Amino acid sequence: MNPEHLPQLQQLMMVLAAMVLFSSFVLLEQARLTAAIHAFAWQGVLVAMVTVIVAAGGAQTHLFFSAALTLVLKALLIPWMLHRLVRRLELDRHSEPLRRPALVIMAALALVIFSYWLVLPIVQQELIFTRNIVAVSLAVVLIGLLMMVIRTQAVAQVLGFMSMENGLFLAAVSATGGMPLMVELGVAFDVLVAAVLFGVFFFQIRASIDSLDVDRMNRLTERVDGE
Amino acid sequence: MSLAAWGLALSQALLYVALAPLLAGWIRKVKARLQNRRGAPVWQPYRDIYKLFGKEARMAHTASLLFRAAPYVVFTATWLAAAAVPLVATGLPTAAIADVIVVAGLLALARFFLALAGMDVGTAFGGMGASREMLVSALAEPAMLMAVFTLAMTAHSTNLDSVVIYQLAGTGMLRPSYLFALAGLVLVAIAETGRIPVDNPSTHLELTMIHEAMILEYSGRHLALMEWAAQLKLLLYGALLANVFLPWGIARDTGAVALGLGLTTVIAKLALLGAALAVSEAVLAKMRVFRVPAFLNLALLLALLGLLSHVILEVGA
Repeated sequence: MNPEHLPQLQQLMMVLAAMVLFSSFVLLEQARLTAAIHAFAWQGVLVAMVTVIVAAGGAQTHLFFSAALTLVLKALLIPWMLHRLVRRLELDRHSEPLRRPALVIMAALALVIFSYWLVLPIVQQELIFTRNIVAVSLAVVLIGLLMMVIRTQAVAQVLGFMSMENGLFLAAVSATGGMPLMVELGVAFDVLVAAVLFGVFFFQIRASIDSLDVDRMNRLTERVDGE
Repeated sequence: MSLAAWGLALSQALLYVALAPLLAGWIRKVKARLQNRRGAPVWQPYRDIYKLFGKEARMAHTASLLFRAAPYVVFTATWLAAAAVPLVATGLPTAAIADVIVVAGLLALARFFLALAGMDVGTAFGGMGASREMLVSALAEPAMLMAVFTLAMTAHSTNLDSVVIYQLAGTGMLRPSYLFALAGLVLVAIAETGRIPVDNPSTHLELTMIHEAMILEYSGRHLALMEWAAQLKLLLYGALLANVFLPWGIARDTGAVALGLGLTTVIAKLALLGAALAVSEAVLAKMRVFRVPAFLNLALLLALLGLLSHVILEVGA
């Protein structure tokens, strides 16, 4: 721990955490899938930067490794895979604006306030210098969940899911200085495998209902044809 | 001493009036150079205003007294609002009224009379411009207040002068809330001063104009005052952004050296801001009127995130 570097690092980390939160809002608002994937990639970059700063401020050198892993996986590899998927599904010109953008934004802001309220008792316990970021990461998780609820498009839902994972990772890094390396590796590859599986699922969904609008699945019925 | 301070406050207010056309001319010049044109000289707005003051003011037959009075009200209210924003020095006697809510109120008064004057003659364009202006301002005003309240929460005062002094005394701490408030206020300033992408100040294309549609019926000295007031508003927002967010260089006492330094730094900051505005205007296209609410929602979101990140990240820290 280098106390003389702490204030600057802490300030920079606060700014980065706030920008992660903002990128969550950007992701929520995007109408175009390609733009949403870009927003998700930037969120990955920001989370990786927060991890680097925690690693530089603390003593955990393995956090540098997990920052690199986050950068490669969440900012480069997964966005690239999603881009390729979207292009192969011919969805790159697909645009689906939110039906009530102002309402959705207000709901997301309410979630931010809710998560702050939820985290207040934790903040009052004197933790390490990253404690305030727990509220932000919880808000990122909840906004990812909100995105999965309001979006009907399967790729956008996957982006919401991945950004939830970003929020969880941010919480782990900021509250406890990162998970053990084995756990992090496991989660990272889990996410990667999930991305691959989602790709397969997209093709399956589209083959069966001719669209990636998962709302249409509600209308699937099991028709009982005669014997 | 008190008399000298009042003289300084008065000369700062006069400086606002004197500098406003220069900023408009500078932005036009930079924009013209970016478009590979030579452009009019930077003092062209002064010539325009001088020319308009020499011309006869024609009035529609249906115009009422309000139509005649509106330019004076608009100009005076905007000038008063501008005089409240610190430009060169802090701690002047006008600091007592330099409250954000006062500034917003004076600007709202000016806008109210501008919209009334637009509707007064009864032309379709005036009414259309007035209704659009009201739409934009109804959405921009809360965002502006939220953005400035973010600063006020940090400085524990809504007085702009105290905010500037607090900022100067600060240790240069990197605050996420300031970044959000700055971004939100920039968007609000663009919308409020009628620049691209919200409104185009140099168009007379009927269906896209907002500000120009309201002052379409004015001529002569009335038009000169209206245009001058619009330039003043641009300078006001420029000074607000430059001095509240980057106050370094502003004069803190009334010594000649400090005042000279304050004047040069504020002119340099405004020139940079104007150039940035010109670049963004050269790059961006004007958006559809119905996209403007989304633009201003973004401004409100940024301002609210500024408030929230102040509460969440900075209070506990």
